[in-house]
Amino acid sequence: MLLFLLLIKIVALTFCVVLPLVPVSVYFERRFCAVIQDRVGPNRVGIPLTLFGFKKDCGILGIGGLIQPIADGIKLFLKEDFTPNHVRKAFYWLAPALTVAPALITACVIPFGTPITLFGHTEKLVIADLDIGPLFIFAIASITVYGITIAGWSSNSKFPFMGGVRSTAQMISYEIALGLSIIPVLLYFGDLNLSHIVQQQADHGWLLLPLWGHDASHPLTEKLLFWFPAAIAFLIFTVSIFAETNRMPFDFPECETELVGGYHTEYSSMKFAMFFMGEYAAMVIGSALVVTVFLGGWSLGFGTDSWISNLSLGGFGYGGLIHLAIFIAKVVAFILFFILVRWTIPRFRYDQLMKLGWVIFFEAALVNVFLAALIVAAPHLQGTIISLGALLLLIVTAAIIWVAQVSEAKPNNLRA
Amino acid sequence: MAVIKIQRPKLRFGEKIYLTALCKGFFLTLRHAVKSLMGKSMGAKDLASSGLGVTMQYPEQNWDAQLPAYYRGAPALVTDEQGRERCVACQLCEFICPPKAIKITPGEIPSADPWAKVEKRPAAFAIDMIRCIYCGMCEEVCPEQAIFLRKDYVILGTSRKEMVHDKQKLYAIGGVRTGLVNKWNELK
Repeated sequence: MLLFLLLIKIVALTFCVVLPLVPVSVYFERRFCAVIQDRVGPNRVGIPLTLFGFKKDCGILGIGGLIQPIADGIKLFLKEDFTPNHVRKAFYWLAPALTVAPALITACVIPFGTPITLFGHTEKLVIADLDIGPLFIFAIASITVYGITIAGWSSNSKFPFMGGVRSTAQMISYEIALGLSIIPVLLYFGDLNLSHIVQQQADHGWLLLPLWGHDASHPLTEKLLFWFPAAIAFLIFTVSIFAETNRMPFDFPECETELVGGYHTEYSSMKFAMFFMGEYAAMVIGSALVVTVFLGGWSLGFGTDSWISNLSLGGFGYGGLIHLAIFIAKVVAFILFFILVRWTIPRFRYDQLMKLGWVIFFEAALVNVFLAALIVAAPHLQGTIISLGALLLLIVTAAIIWVAQVSEAKPNNLRA
Repeated sequence: MAVIKIQRPKLRFGEKIYLTALCKGFFLTLRHAVKSLMGKSMGAKDLASSGLGVTMQYPEQNWDAQLPAYYRGAPALVTDEQGRERCVACQLCEFICPPKAIKITPGEIPSADPWAKVEKRPAAFAIDMIRCIYCGMCEEVCPEQAIFLRKDYVILGTSRKEMVHDKQKLYAIGGVRTGLVNKWNELK
């Protein structure tokens, strides 16, 4: 029975919530970028009901084109799945799966909503309520890079190979900033369980919007003070997520202008589609993580959450579903931000990316950890120790900035 | 030519840390998107847009009203106000046609016909619209003002055969054209 429930949860949350968000984000991407570029985008594909004897074709909500991702999917399924002669077959076949699977596995620790009660049985809306949520996500999500690297290498052709190598280098330079940037948040909540983190945010204000639920252990001043390290962490984390999901402005593994098609040049049909899906699934999970950690996850905020989660109709506690809807709305909003960024910022140069990762974000995240620690520990320390710590932090920050600037200085020309 | 050294623009602090520039960029893009959604994109009016961006959505809207007088669409044969078919089957257009799209079978005008003195008219006239490149040379070369490029551009067919316009179709597209020189009329 328990296993059966778990199976239902896995299927429902992964295949009915996360996976459908992929075509939805593809559709949004195409429509939004079209609007940004003064175009229309895909607006024709509806359900061809006339084929089944109905009078009119159906465009959902009066918007055509919502079925476009399905049409694309069918197209990709029906294409010839061509395997070039020169590839390393086993890895060539393994790579697409390695890109999609991790993104979908990470979905299992994301809390989608408050528990649902049905027939006296309460079920949490999270597949695996692990106590090491973010760590699990980082561990699994970094496997994605294996997929890309193996794809690049096994294609046995130069441009895909360069794409694969680039993705490795990019991953190394961003993984550290990604991991370090979230430490202040974990320090603040004192918990690694994402469900608890969201619950705390619902009770005492989102990390970036701490405006309600003040009490003795969560005074407003401390929360407002922590807003600054939280904002820095949010910035670094978001940018690192962009790099992690290979989105513009960091889509080096597949930049068309330099690498033909990047790591998936040699792929066609559904294998290519799996890379595509993997990219968008990673984007969905990335947004879900940002929303969960910084923007209150499923909570609506302003103290309404306990009321929503207690909503029930004849023994059916449907509050969790409302929270699920709120969560999805937030994730979609963040995905729209992803798209806005893609169509606004041009691609970075490769060395700029490395510099941003190693010289700026790594140091900034490190300093941010100390800053957050100081703010979190301040209520328990004496004034002198606090000021000493602040002084130390200032000195370290100044030293890091100085080192960064010195490393930037151009070497003197020997010959004028 | 002397080398001109261009000074790179001095960046302010806000521009150097890149973040403010990013935010500016986001708002720029968003403003553009909102404008586009409201159909107020630059040039939307001139391009007769559908109200979303500058795009005219084709089957519902079309450009017909804005087609210029010199537009070169499908070539077609014309009759004049006397109901005479202008073509005398001289085959000049067939010979000049660069992609060899035109095929003419000349025929004789029987002596009972009031226009018997013209002697020839096409028994069959076919233009393969798959081959036609709309260059307009047929119109230019025609000594009888019989073939003209019209404004029709929607030429559809589900087979190669359907894409060949025969004589009947060509006259249907061309219709009656007035004001041409009627050199075969009796002098008064």
